[in-house]
Amino acid sequence: MRVALFVACYDDAWFPDTGKAVTMLLERLGHEVVHPPGQTCCGQFHWTTGYRREAADLARAFTRVFAGADAVVAPSASCAAAVRGGYPAIARTVRDPALASAAGALAVYELTEFLVDVLDVTDVGAYYPHRVAYHPTCQSARALGVAGRPERLLRAVRGLELVDLPAAGECCGFGGAFAMKNADVSVAMVADKIRHIRDTGADVVCAVDNSCLAHIGGALSRLRGGVRVAHLAEILAGTGPA
Amino acid sequence: MTAPGAGPPDALASAIAPGEAAAAASRATRFADAARPALADTRLRRTLGAAVAAERDRAAAAAAEPADWEELREAGRALRDAALLDLDTHLESLERAVTGAGGTVHWAADAAEARRIVVGLVRATGARDVLQAPSATVREAGLPGALARAGVTVRPAGLGDLIVGLGEEAPSHLSSPALHRDRAQVRELFLRGLPGAPADLSDDPADLAGAARAHLRDRFTGARVAVTGAAFLAADTGTAVLTESGGEGRMCLTLPGTLITVAGIDKVVPSWTDLEVLLQLLPRASSGDRMTPYVSAWTGVHPGDGPREFHLVLLDNGRTRALADEVGRAALRCIRCSACLNVCPVYERTGGGPYGPVLPGPVGAMLTPQLRGVESAANASLPFASTLCGACADVCPVKIDIPAILVHLRGTVVESRRARPVPTPELVLMRGLAWTMGDARRYRLAVRRGTRWARLLSRGGRIRRLPGLLGKWTDARDVPAPPARSFRDWQGRR
Repeated sequence: MRVALFVACYDDAWFPDTGKAVTMLLERLGHEVVHPPGQTCCGQFHWTTGYRREAADLARAFTRVFAGADAVVAPSASCAAAVRGGYPAIARTVRDPALASAAGALAVYELTEFLVDVLDVTDVGAYYPHRVAYHPTCQSARALGVAGRPERLLRAVRGLELVDLPAAGECCGFGGAFAMKNADVSVAMVADKIRHIRDTGADVVCAVDNSCLAHIGGALSRLRGGVRVAHLAEILAGTGPA
Repeated sequence: MTAPGAGPPDALASAIAPGEAAAAASRATRFADAARPALADTRLRRTLGAAVAAERDRAAAAAAEPADWEELREAGRALRDAALLDLDTHLESLERAVTGAGGTVHWAADAAEARRIVVGLVRATGARDVLQAPSATVREAGLPGALARAGVTVRPAGLGDLIVGLGEEAPSHLSSPALHRDRAQVRELFLRGLPGAPADLSDDPADLAGAARAHLRDRFTGARVAVTGAAFLAADTGTAVLTESGGEGRMCLTLPGTLITVAGIDKVVPSWTDLEVLLQLLPRASSGDRMTPYVSAWTGVHPGDGPREFHLVLLDNGRTRALADEVGRAALRCIRCSACLNVCPVYERTGGGPYGPVLPGPVGAMLTPQLRGVESAANASLPFASTLCGACADVCPVKIDIPAILVHLRGTVVESRRARPVPTPELVLMRGLAWTMGDARRYRLAVRRGTRWARLLSRGGRIRRLPGLLGKWTDARDVPAPPARSFRDWQGRR
């Protein structure tokens, strides 16, 4: 299958290993991965911060770049949710039916949805000998409803010990601009998230959104928490002794 | 802060009760600033966290019990929508039915009019004090303050309101106003301010309830006028309905001779039979009860039974304006169950104070800016007091998509500021960002430059301090140094 990869703007600049991991993983599974030139940002940040016009411009650009792709895969649940659920709302708000139909024609998947639902794989042949906690980010769990897919993929990884994260479903406090507009509340939330992560004794905490992981990881780093953060794709791309 | 026409804010501030003063003061500031004292109070955080978690668990268990919970939610959504769609018709039938049953209906366009009406009604009875059942609408209208200014003593009938009144603070929760106070604090407040509290009062809940009961009993038996809210108003029968766990509302509508019920026009449902659905949804979503211990329903007046006079004050106060907004109007479906408060991670850490006097939690964040407009910085900050995590929408018994409404209102806030002669720094930043992102070449150049700067700012692979607005992030969180090559650089060279 020919997969059009969307690498979120912050992933592109800050976490390029995630995009590399997805590329190598999908190629290992026998698929062709293309990275359509011209892609920049899905517009989610502008939309959720109230900048409708700017978000609409970015959404139109996104639909142009990815028009005609068999499948668009994003290793970012919040971006996938922005395209799938957000674009119709943006189109309604700025009264742009062309944008609505262009968005409706896109088949956009978050990575774990694509692996489990479209490719029908749960064992991707990965090896990752670590104790791992999975944080279900709000956009993946609630907006997209990826449910147990990430955990199913993680359980099939050799060497990986998946631990239960207490209060896993509670938001880490990132929330885009919220992390800065309401910095104190945001920090109070991530402090609790970190306490729960430490309680598990995990070496690594993973998720399908680098944005939330940047928040959790940033606080862990400040506290020298001794726990690393990793995008799920980087775990699934890991190989080693079979 | 107040509805248009409510008079100068300082005249009002001097007239309102201590609890409202605290709430009003907090509304002068943005949510982030108003939240700071609560966040710094570790005892409050612990009490609030434990209480909210307990409410949340009870409600989740109660929602898991009926096999048809999802169908009930859908039915609740549909009938609330139907009620709002033809609100004018239902209000007219309500007025006819209430009047036919011997009650009097008053229409209040805003909070000031509601205050004038209620103060006039109380004055006409000659009573020097009124009993007030817990009601968010009564607080929203600023009634306790207006009555106090008119020389009428307002006596809270509910235990929670009694506690927050003694502490001179705002209620922190819709159904449990004193949720944020622990037993030891309640004991201290009682010893300091509750007339007749025994000197050897312990912090045992039964003891505390006993002291409160002894005090409240005197209030109930002596009261001539009571003011209450209503959970629902059935248009076809003209019946007002109140759900509660303490029974103080029932006391208010059985003992005094004059009963004044203040309710938002959004509380109307077309028919008495609609309550079949709503009275299943509300208690389970609210406190996790299959049914609240008290459900009271009253229709007009009945000779020899209950109040001799019944007045229903129907409050608009921005509701018609909210109804005109095709996205935002769904907020008016709210049945005030407080399920969204109990799952909101933001509310759990701040309590109700920073949301202001209308409604706390996610429902307040979406309803207050609609009722009061987004002109003030405080009200404009409310739609942003959420991470959009969606936990509230998951539990809402009438399926309000709260995050979608908050995003819509954020757009309203931004649009309202676009017309300013001097653009806000945020608008300049967001426009610049969109311009950069709008073109792949500009974007690529910006990433290269930004990466270079970020790497210069980093020490040992992490950035500990960022300038300007971004400093809010690095006050408590590191930023990893970005790698020298972006993904697209890597991809381009493969």
